[in-house]
Amino acid sequence: MRPGSIIYFLREAFKSLSRNRLLSIATISTVAISILILGFAVLLTINAGALMQDLESDVEIVAFLDKKLTKSQITDIKQDLTAVSGVKSVKFVSREQALAKMQEKYGGNEYNLKETLGKNPLPHSYEIKADDPHNVPQIAGQVSKIDGIYKVNYGQGVVERLFKVTRWVRIVSIVFIVLLVFAAVFLIATTIRLAIFARRKEIYLMKLIGSTDWFIRWPFFIEGVFMGAVGGLIAILILAAGYSSLIGHMDTMFFIPLVTSPKILRNIYIGLLVCGATLGVLGTWVSLNRFLDV
Amino acid sequence: MLVQFYNVSKIYPNGVKALDDISLKIDRGEFLFLMGPSGAGKSTLVKMLFREELPTRGQIFLASRSIVRMKRGDVPRLRRNIGIVFQDFKLLENKTVYENIAFAMEVVGTSSREIKERVMEVINMVGLKGKENSFPGELSGGEQQRVGIARALANRPLLLIADEPTGNLDIDTSHEIMELLFDINRIGTTVIMATHARELVKPAGKRVLMLDKGRIVADNPPGELVL
Repeated sequence: MRPGSIIYFLREAFKSLSRNRLLSIATISTVAISILILGFAVLLTINAGALMQDLESDVEIVAFLDKKLTKSQITDIKQDLTAVSGVKSVKFVSREQALAKMQEKYGGNEYNLKETLGKNPLPHSYEIKADDPHNVPQIAGQVSKIDGIYKVNYGQGVVERLFKVTRWVRIVSIVFIVLLVFAAVFLIATTIRLAIFARRKEIYLMKLIGSTDWFIRWPFFIEGVFMGAVGGLIAILILAAGYSSLIGHMDTMFFIPLVTSPKILRNIYIGLLVCGATLGVLGTWVSLNRFLDV
Repeated sequence: MLVQFYNVSKIYPNGVKALDDISLKIDRGEFLFLMGPSGAGKSTLVKMLFREELPTRGQIFLASRSIVRMKRGDVPRLRRNIGIVFQDFKLLENKTVYENIAFAMEVVGTSSREIKERVMEVINMVGLKGKENSFPGELSGGEQQRVGIARALANRPLLLIADEPTGNLDIDTSHEIMELLFDINRIGTTVIMATHARELVKPAGKRVLMLDKGRIVADNPPGELVL
């Protein structure tokens, strides 16, 4: 491509933008609305994902120990537990700590559990976290085989159901986003087709005069990128303003943890901007090819 | 030999047979009228020269290159050697006379210095000096067609194709356009003109190819036309 051509392409692209102002605004608005919806869906998905991960990471195994174990036996068991593959951490909880926890959870200040029960009925235990919460049931099976452990508890039944739910939430949100992207491409392509249709005579003429397809495409692509990026930028500004005010209010209203990491949010916004520009080009590509077939 | 048709037939997908076994040779520097009633196949024949249509059967050569076997990527180069003049002018309404002609050179990637020189040259050639900043809407039909011809000439084509160039013009204006086309032919450009207008063809004394129902029914050499 000659430098002269690049200047020509840019000039043509921006001439066309201002000449077809109404259609340009329509396209930019279409992109902005599409990206806004898409961005909303992405934020929702990311937050749902974070919530799911939060719930999943709460899943842990509690291994209760036989009551008549010596201190060294208890230490040996810890080593056995750490050796089980997939185990991330092992934490010892003494019977006293366990009772204190229970007191805090159920007794509050009104009942003294120790007095009510007469003596501490709780055994020593280990709290085990897995590298991947999905492996918890399998790790629990192995842990239960270790000598000195009489019972293993990880919320059997509930955990399996939780994982099923989180899996479906993830699948549904990905499908939803893919469908949204398709809808956006279609919508934007339709709007851009209007703009190109208005210039079909010019394109036909260029073809008959002997323009190459790429020479005709470039100005349209530049236009598409520009409209896509501007539309994307508008959507991101709205989205960012909305989300940050939501973060402000959520803290005081609900207990749902929102994703606030600036790095993640910045990546999402950059991704959406790229997405807008790509949609602009994709829409142009889809619409333009039909008119180039002369 | 500039143009050669060998046993060319064209059947459209809807079954219409537009051309039926056409063989034809056109020399460099010739002026050829293509005559015949509507639907005789004039437009189809003309469109094959710049590959807007491909033949169903047969071979076509322009300057010894096969148009039929040509790759898609080579079509732009073929078309740069051909200037096309349309019945409805096909000028861009939002561009001035100058810009309409410059457009034809820009879209094939000519440098702006060369464009400036050449555009004024062809504007003078078609007799539109002083009108370069007018918009097509401000011009008469004859003037608009002169812009169309200037645009077709801008890239110095080997072959000028005019498909009913006077179809939208009155008789006096039509004669002026004919004179212009003869002038262009005289300085060396091969011209093929499809037309209905006997009154333009008869006094010209040029070669006339008569088409009817997709076949060549007469090929009269220059000066021998009896209509």
